[in-house]
Amino acid sequence: MSTSAVSEKPLVSTLLDVKDVTVDYPIKGFRKEPFRALKGVSLDIRPGETVGLVGESGSGKTTLGRAVLGLAPVTGGSITYRSQEISQLGRKARRALSSEIQVVFQDPYTSLNPSLTIEQILAEPLTVRNVPAKEAGKRVRELLDQVGLPSGSVDRLPREFSGGQRQRIAIARALALDPRLIVCDEPVSALDLSTQARVLELFKEIQERTGVAYLFVSHDLEVVRHLSHRVAVMYHGEIVEWGDGDQVTARPEHPYTQRLFLAAPVPDPVRQEQRRAERRRLELEQREADLQAGAVA
Amino acid sequence: MLTFIIRRLLAGAVLVVVITTVAFFLLYAGSGNVARKILGNSATQAGVAEKNHQLGLDRPILVQFGDWLTNALHGSFGDSWFTGQPVNDAIASRLGVTLTLVIGATVITAVFAVVLGVWAATRRGWVDRIVQFLSVLGFGIPGFLIALALVLVLAINLKLFAPTGYTSFSDSPSEWIKTVTLPVIALAIGGVAGVTQQVRGSVIDALRQDYVRTLRSRGLSTTSVVFKHVLRNAGAPALAVLAVQFVGLLGGAVIVEQVFAIPGVGQVAVTATSQGDIPLVMGLVLATAVIVVIVNLVIDLAQGAINPKVRLS
Amino acid sequence: MIELPTVLADEAPKATGTSLFRRLTKNPVGLGSLIWLALLVLTAIFANVIAPMDPNAADINAVLAKPGGAHPLGADSAGQDVLSRLFFASRYSLLGAMLALAVAAVFGIIGGLIAGYYGKWFNAVSSWLTGLLMALPGIVVLLAARSVLGPSLWGSMAIFGVLLSPAFFRLVFAAVSAVRNELYVDAARVSGLSDARIIGRHILTVVRAPVIIQAAMITGIAIAIQAGLDFLGLGDTSIPTWGSMLSDGFQQIYSNPLLMIWPSLAIALTCVALTLLANAMRDELERSGGRKRRRRGAVELSPAEAEPIIVHDEIPDTEGRFGEELLRVDRLAVGYDQPDGSVKRVVHDVSLVVKRGEVHGLIGESGSGKTQTAWSVLRLLPEGGRVVGGAISFEGVDLADASERKLLGIRGKKIAYIPQEPMSNLDPSFTIGYQLVEPIRNSLGLSKDEAKAKAIGLLTRVGIPNPERTFTAYPHEVSGGMAQRVLIAGAISCDPDLLIADEPTTALDVTVQAEVLDLLRDLQRELQMGVILVTHNFGVVADLCDRVSVMRNGRIVETGPVRSLFANPQHEYTRALFDAILEEGPPRGELKEPDLVPIMTESVFLPSNINKGVVL
Repeated sequence: MSTSAVSEKPLVSTLLDVKDVTVDYPIKGFRKEPFRALKGVSLDIRPGETVGLVGESGSGKTTLGRAVLGLAPVTGGSITYRSQEISQLGRKARRALSSEIQVVFQDPYTSLNPSLTIEQILAEPLTVRNVPAKEAGKRVRELLDQVGLPSGSVDRLPREFSGGQRQRIAIARALALDPRLIVCDEPVSALDLSTQARVLELFKEIQERTGVAYLFVSHDLEVVRHLSHRVAVMYHGEIVEWGDGDQVTARPEHPYTQRLFLAAPVPDPVRQEQRRAERRRLELEQREADLQAGAVA
Repeated sequence: MLTFIIRRLLAGAVLVVVITTVAFFLLYAGSGNVARKILGNSATQAGVAEKNHQLGLDRPILVQFGDWLTNALHGSFGDSWFTGQPVNDAIASRLGVTLTLVIGATVITAVFAVVLGVWAATRRGWVDRIVQFLSVLGFGIPGFLIALALVLVLAINLKLFAPTGYTSFSDSPSEWIKTVTLPVIALAIGGVAGVTQQVRGSVIDALRQDYVRTLRSRGLSTTSVVFKHVLRNAGAPALAVLAVQFVGLLGGAVIVEQVFAIPGVGQVAVTATSQGDIPLVMGLVLATAVIVVIVNLVIDLAQGAINPKVRLS
Repeated sequence: MIELPTVLADEAPKATGTSLFRRLTKNPVGLGSLIWLALLVLTAIFANVIAPMDPNAADINAVLAKPGGAHPLGADSAGQDVLSRLFFASRYSLLGAMLALAVAAVFGIIGGLIAGYYGKWFNAVSSWLTGLLMALPGIVVLLAARSVLGPSLWGSMAIFGVLLSPAFFRLVFAAVSAVRNELYVDAARVSGLSDARIIGRHILTVVRAPVIIQAAMITGIAIAIQAGLDFLGLGDTSIPTWGSMLSDGFQQIYSNPLLMIWPSLAIALTCVALTLLANAMRDELERSGGRKRRRRGAVELSPAEAEPIIVHDEIPDTEGRFGEELLRVDRLAVGYDQPDGSVKRVVHDVSLVVKRGEVHGLIGESGSGKTQTAWSVLRLLPEGGRVVGGAISFEGVDLADASERKLLGIRGKKIAYIPQEPMSNLDPSFTIGYQLVEPIRNSLGLSKDEAKAKAIGLLTRVGIPNPERTFTAYPHEVSGGMAQRVLIAGAISCDPDLLIADEPTTALDVTVQAEVLDLLRDLQRELQMGVILVTHNFGVVADLCDRVSVMRNGRIVETGPVRSLFANPQHEYTRALFDAILEEGPPRGELKEPDLVPIMTESVFLPSNINKGVVL
């Protein structure tokens, strides 16, 4: 819903720029060192691009997404959005960004308020911006249509929908304000295989139509590969590999990414046997390398 | 474990100090014309002033508090304004009776609640429905009404028990049982009802846990899983409710003692309250606070014993 | 692609709130309570209209008059009309309770909302205060207050309200701090909602129902305690209340017990009605399942048509790896008893065979019945579930209708089980060692020391680096991957013939999954176990299984040796699943000539622009 006066401002090719970001969570207890979830992380997202963020539990991938959304305490570094620093915004200023940056969460069962109807959920971001009820209603139907749900769903409660359908509703909510960036936090990992593929297609289709950019967080290299132009791999709060999507997900260079790549079993008994052998060989190599490094040190 | 105990003890001590301080200022600041009350309406102005002076009420309240605190630390809580009896004696001589009732009711509550709760949770069906219904009734009806009903039916009409009064155990064990049974039952029914619900809920919850299936998959029988694992896990919330119940029982004893004319602390409390006998009321508040802190400590220790996470924190 | 499941049922339940009241009127207990309370409120409001006399008018001639004539319920010891007093007493007793309720609700709800949503020091202070308020029995505090304030119905009820406020505080606090971390509150924040709006819209809706239930309970308690105070003779004697009538009746307990009955009935019925109402509300809310999460297992199934199962040709066992037949499941049906007496079937006509040394994969999406099938082999279905048809024969014994006693000799000794979630499958209150030793001693009859030595040996075998320390650790002290190894150690402790593994790696990270799969494969070969492996991951099947059955809607649709089924899936559902696999799909490629965006100016953060969401 951005308006006019575009031409007078300088143009940039970077939508979001994350530089050396650290996030510390305080630990309960007296004089405990805070837990550092991100240890100086940098990446950038261009308009209309999907950046995949891969890692295992505890790698900090979700924290980075939440830091971009202003839901995690950024204690160092900078996050600039369209050349504007946003990592330390107050609650009020942050609200202005809601039409620019949006979110789709992992769990479609807890990301929708169980006691509100679909219409109430989808119209909420509009009504807080004083969009007239009639217009909001129209927009809600438009959004449902975009994510492939019947417009008759408006009066129903989230619990009447399946996981995949709920995730579609969450996507529609994210689209309501026409954002330029959507942070997607494991949006398909709670879904069944066939549903997962369809929701991913929807993400792709929306991006091609609207030019929205995604920061796509997932633990699954294959999911990320499917959707991402560029991919970052996180391990223990750091980015260990960052580059072209195809290269990182198919021919990884960093030993951790290689381990990650080979650990996922392939759905083919013959090739899986080969991959298993390859993984064991790599593990052995890495262990020997570690031993040697240890002997040198 | 030792730091755990010390921390809880300190927290309890702070609680007692805060309660007594707050109580002192509220009670003494509000006790305006006690002297007139003691002396009656016919007393002269000078007489009232004299009495006030005698009671030390003409001094600034902070001085009074300091005085009271010094005495309290020496183990003396002053004398009753109306009878002149030392507060210590007035309470100590009757505390035993009240504690007998309350502890008896707590034990009954714990035993019956566990038996009924586990029974209802594991049997379900009609057993569960009856237990549920009775516990809702028992929880809903105020305890003193149950006490009144017991007196009316079992004592006055059927003459099975003594309707009123109290015989100490050392005087006559059989008479003691006769006088103590009804009050303890009256006190316990509400508690049994409440804790049964809690035990039932926790056991049903615990039975649904994944580890129950896993333990059974290793060849353990349902009974042994229930008694070793389920009860232990259901125990923590049940103990918490029992602690709350105990506090409630202390209060309930006040009314039940009145119904059965039992010479416990409750009677002292009622008389002291209606007269405005502040030193006595103060002593009662303090005694209750100390008892509650001790009971909570015991429950905390029991919690720690059955739940490793509590012990570590 | 597969069709979207049609879950948009027609009889859609509407949002809660108003419907709770409507559902209560259909619940006999709820309706009865509501009627009694409504009558009571009407009596209280119109007491001066319906009461035959002035409640305080004493008639010396009528002292302790029997019921009848001018005094339908008799007269009390002061010659006052009992019926009139009863009516007016309803008014004052209810008003007193309402006062206590209002005070408790205002303090408790507001405090709970602030403490729960903002936390920090306010939370610490208010939690400590509630602890303080709950430390003393209410009646002791009220007695103390009475000694200063004198007899005052309103004063004591206001104080009691403060004493009751922790009940609301704790409830609201717990609900709010749980909701605060819900993803939908985060989503609302990202949508640009202010705190006030989030609290009003997302948080109050969650606490509304429990607060109403608590209010009913608290009103009952307030009525009881007020009656108690008056009964003790500490109340305001100028106001007729149920408690003071009871007190008067108690004086006459020997001569005129009837006087006690009327106020007792009023108090008891009201308190019970309030408790029953609260219970009925809770039942109704639970039934509608306000925020039910998806439960694994029994999912509503459309009655799938029986269709021919596609069976692939056998591949001859050239290596001679498989031994005799261990398990034969024949036309198994599993059903769940419904409240209306019917049985909902979740597994239909499932047949499969597992040989010694063979790994049989059951693959399907959620609700396909794969886990139900696995559990029924162990006869460990959740409450209400049972085998309703078919046979499960294991080494010649029919498990489908074996007695519990017989099953005890089989579970853990011949058939073992590995669950999905490692953490929830260990009892948090016992050490890992205890949980291993207890079943080992039970099944093998070993001594304590022998069992401990065996357990430590098992922990070493499953690759736990420091077995002695893990033995003494509690479950929350080890990682998920380690916990899963512990569960595997438990499962193989008695050298089972058949292993049921229910999604054994689903909850694990992918690198840990690879290690656990390796471990399972090694153990399976070493112990020559037959395995039923439940999973939704084709990669896991490819890695571990010899044979696979694809399940949908409680039926097997296609089955056969892994290599031939993966090479040539034939059922349209199996093919659709294979099509949905992303593995080795085309990469997204590079971004084509990214658009440029104008930089953002600081003016967008000016308050005047915030609600418009204007970003230029």
